[in-house]
Amino acid sequence: MKIAITAREARPDAEVDPRFGRAACFVIHDTETDASTIVDNTQSLNTAHGAGLQAAENVAKAGAKVVLTGHCGPKASDALAAAGVEVQEGHSGTVPDAIQAYLAGAAT
Amino acid sequence: MKIAVASGKGGTGKTTVALSLALAAEGDVRLLDCDVEEPNCHLFVRPEQEDVLPVNLRIPVVDEERCRLCGKCAEACEFGAMAAMPNRVLTFPELCHGCGACSFVCPAGAITETPEEIGEVRLSRTDGLRLVRGLLHVGQAQAPPVIREVMRHAGKRGTAIIDAPPGSSCSMVAATRQADFIFLVTELTPFGLHDLGLAIETIEPLGIPMGIIINRVPDGCDGDLGTDGRVPVMLRIPESRDIAETCARGGTLLDALPEMRPKFKELLRVAAGKEVSPC
Repeated sequence: MKIAITAREARPDAEVDPRFGRAACFVIHDTETDASTIVDNTQSLNTAHGAGLQAAENVAKAGAKVVLTGHCGPKASDALAAAGVEVQEGHSGTVPDAIQAYLAGAAT
Repeated sequence: MKIAVASGKGGTGKTTVALSLALAAEGDVRLLDCDVEEPNCHLFVRPEQEDVLPVNLRIPVVDEERCRLCGKCAEACEFGAMAAMPNRVLTFPELCHGCGACSFVCPAGAITETPEEIGEVRLSRTDGLRLVRGLLHVGQAQAPPVIREVMRHAGKRGTAIIDAPPGSSCSMVAATRQADFIFLVTELTPFGLHDLGLAIETIEPLGIPMGIIINRVPDGCDGDLGTDGRVPVMLRIPESRDIAETCARGGTLLDALPEMRPKFKELLRVAAGKEVSPC
């Protein structure tokens, strides 16, 4: 399964970006292969309106089924829910921290 | 000829000035209340009966059977009102400006534009004065479409006085852009003068001539704005408890100070002299 984590930099060990729509980029982590790829979000970051929706489109297109972030706005949440993507808010620290916290929680 | 009254800061006296201009003008006079989030000219004009016309915005509805999920609609939308998810397209009507770009670009003909009522225009006539006022429905976010509908009733002949909404954003521009002259009403407070500056900056690129009216000038104060004088000060209205009491009772500035009527006639004459000739 693929997990998208909002990241401040284009590195798999970057800090979690607290914002969903205007996150610098997304780390897409595949829990089966343990591989991470980066999806750029600069286009949404620089848009005047609807950054969250564009980010939601990017994440869904990348095939992620879960989003880990600090906070996700209501419209992006609606869009992600429509695409069957689970959103978990309140994450901080580094991207690996967030993945670990999610997997630990998902296991219990 | 169309004369708009704007301000920047709210509560400086736009309606007071707009009513005075409308009452001082002669012939075919229309008062257009474009402050559609909170119109108030009718409180002074007191129309007995109003004709009500609905204002609709055309909101996209996606036919999921026809939609090929190509995403062209979301790409075309300048306002983020559509999201093309891999399994379906979502619309967010509260962000829609009703421009129709989505249905225009849709290659599958899957988008129909459905009218949604966002407000009303109310028309009335009281003692020879025509009042046109816009009213945005509660919970709606898009004032400019309602303002544009009000402006369609400005008429080609006669005098139209436009009571613009406060601020210096889209709503104010929608109300003033067709004007031949704009009066900016301000007060001598830091907030009033700061927002006056913003309003001037907003209107200057439109190339519409402007004049400043300073309201509530204290006794013994020369009402100097301390600006560069690019926009001339055309009238000073004194700070007066009498004016406040009269307006609070539903009277107008001209009821409180009838001697100001000739000054408003003069303002109309000067504004008419600067009218941009139609090309």
